[in-house]
Amino acid sequence: MVHVRPLSDTLTGTSVDLPAGQPIIEVTDLELRFGGTRAIDGVGFAVAQRELFAIIGPNGAGKTSIFNCISGVYRPQAGSIRFLGEELIGQRPDLTADRGVSRMFQNIELFDNLTVLDNLMLGRHQHLHYGPVAGMLYRGKAQRAELANRRIVEDLIDFLGIEKFRKFPVGMLPYGVKKRVELGRALAMEPKLLLLDEPVAGMNVEETEDMARFILDIRSELDLAMIMVEHDMGLVMDLADRVMVLDFGRRISLGSPEHVQRDPEVIRAYLGEGDSGPSLEEQAADAEALAATEEVTP
Amino acid sequence: MTGQPSTTLAPKASRATRRGRPELYTDYRADQAIWNTPAKRFWTAALVLVGLYLPFTLSRDLTGLLTLVFIYAIGGIGLNLVTGYAGQVSLGHAFFLGLGAYTAAFLGGEPSGTVRGLELDLLIWLPMAGIVPAFVGLLVAPLAARVRGLYLAILTLGLVFMGEHLFKEARTFTGGPGVGRAPAEPVVFGYNLYARQTILGVELPRESVFYLFCFALMIGMAILARNLARSRWGRAFAAVRDRDIAAEVMGVPLLRTKTLAFVLSSFFAGIAGALLSVVIGRITPENWNLLLSIDFLAVILIGGIATISGSLIGAAFVVLLPRGVEWASGYVPFIGGAGGSGFISVFQLQGILFGALIVLFIVVEPRGLFGMWLRIRNYWKAWPFSY
Repeated sequence: MVHVRPLSDTLTGTSVDLPAGQPIIEVTDLELRFGGTRAIDGVGFAVAQRELFAIIGPNGAGKTSIFNCISGVYRPQAGSIRFLGEELIGQRPDLTADRGVSRMFQNIELFDNLTVLDNLMLGRHQHLHYGPVAGMLYRGKAQRAELANRRIVEDLIDFLGIEKFRKFPVGMLPYGVKKRVELGRALAMEPKLLLLDEPVAGMNVEETEDMARFILDIRSELDLAMIMVEHDMGLVMDLADRVMVLDFGRRISLGSPEHVQRDPEVIRAYLGEGDSGPSLEEQAADAEALAATEEVTP
Repeated sequence: MTGQPSTTLAPKASRATRRGRPELYTDYRADQAIWNTPAKRFWTAALVLVGLYLPFTLSRDLTGLLTLVFIYAIGGIGLNLVTGYAGQVSLGHAFFLGLGAYTAAFLGGEPSGTVRGLELDLLIWLPMAGIVPAFVGLLVAPLAARVRGLYLAILTLGLVFMGEHLFKEARTFTGGPGVGRAPAEPVVFGYNLYARQTILGVELPRESVFYLFCFALMIGMAILARNLARSRWGRAFAAVRDRDIAAEVMGVPLLRTKTLAFVLSSFFAGIAGALLSVVIGRITPENWNLLLSIDFLAVILIGGIATISGSLIGAAFVVLLPRGVEWASGYVPFIGGAGGSGFISVFQLQGILFGALIVLFIVVEPRGLFGMWLRIRNYWKAWPFSY
């Protein structure tokens, strides 16, 4: 008798009543410097409720830095990040998490010695309200809270299809499963805004399709907004509502996937200037020379 | 489905269905229990029964030694909370033990010409012996939470030296170096727990009476610690230990979690220190030095990091090893006695073995004796297959 509940019944805290037109998060003129390097240089964007917003750009463009600014790991020098109308800059990471921002990391940041179950329960940390003494006694309120949240976590385990790994220490699991667990842990926090940092990095085609399916399911069942950083252009163009392109910390394009794909600035950032590098004739000459040397050497 | 979702998946399975399936659970409560398999329940009950029976048969000497095991286990559990679970290396454990011992001695000890004592009941001095170190832990924690790894080890090391100096100078409480003072009297409502008493019609020596008290206390505190470890706080400890930045992003407040670990660890250490002082008999400031801290690090390293049962196994090992070596030396020709004859003296051998075992465990089995037990258990579970 396993009751499969829709995610919206399990995670009730993910929706928020916002006046029409008010974004869930609004970033303006964000500026982050490391010494003389401008990692983020005056970037601004807003994400609406239920939107899937993608950030793309070459390596070192500042994509993950934006995530680190939002979740409070970095403190930007200028600009503002308003989440549900409240400023996030200068806020401690755990308080930002408490307000409803959760995150999946680029390089898996799971707690390797804990089981899958405990990792997901850790995502529920802020939803379990009992104190240390209640924890030591483990009766009444504390036990009820643990059991009710276990139920929620089990629903997520069902959703992600990781039942058989439930009691395994996460450190032992294969990469693709770890990514799923990380998505589960982020979801367990019942976020209003979910930050996905390269959710399909290093995955094969099947794993990428699975992850895309999870993201689509989350979209259809929950009201949360998502910001996704990803290098897999196929995934970004298929899933995202809007795409922002960064290059060297600056925003060079923002709009629908179709718009961004045709933007000459974006093409230049990804493929380089037309006249830089060797011309086609020069490349052909090089190739011929190489072929000639290969014939000579036995 | 409406309302509170059920945490029961199916009606309890029949006895026949459950036979041979120790991990068949039909509700989350049974799955999350401390003793979640019949084997664990059976062996724990058996060990408790043996533990209750021992003081009625063993010699006074050995009973006292086992009491020391329980006291070391309480202290070891405390250190395991902060170092094993929360990953904050502490060399300052001896300081908190000493603080607990002197708090107890002041509140529960007899006054004399040189030292103060209030002669209060154990029910007052024992909790206070935990609370005072816990409070000091609370004061130290914000400092300690700012540093990690090697720096934290040095910081807590400083605590031991400062403490030793403090204990030497506060003569009205501690009696001063070399002199010391009598410990607290373990008296509950006029009933002395460290004196000859008659229990169930059997006249017991004081060692056996105190043994039973420490045994019960150890079980109680171990259960409290184990509960904490499986609660949200225990998970937060592990998260801070494994990846502190990710833990913070997941909503775990770093400072509060580390502080809690230090406070609880100091509480356990204080209780252990107070009990230890009763067993030692006369305590001097030199009792609470770095070597004692290292003893407790050995307890958790040899027993098993981040396990409660490991702390108990480690305590047994560390306390019983010297006695075991002494006993064995009678049968090995080249080991001399205390007199100094022979190739190596018993005391030298004890020190060498102790150090070698710590090194060996760190290199070969970082999970300690508990990890070895897990390996043996898994081997027999899978037997005759190797996987």
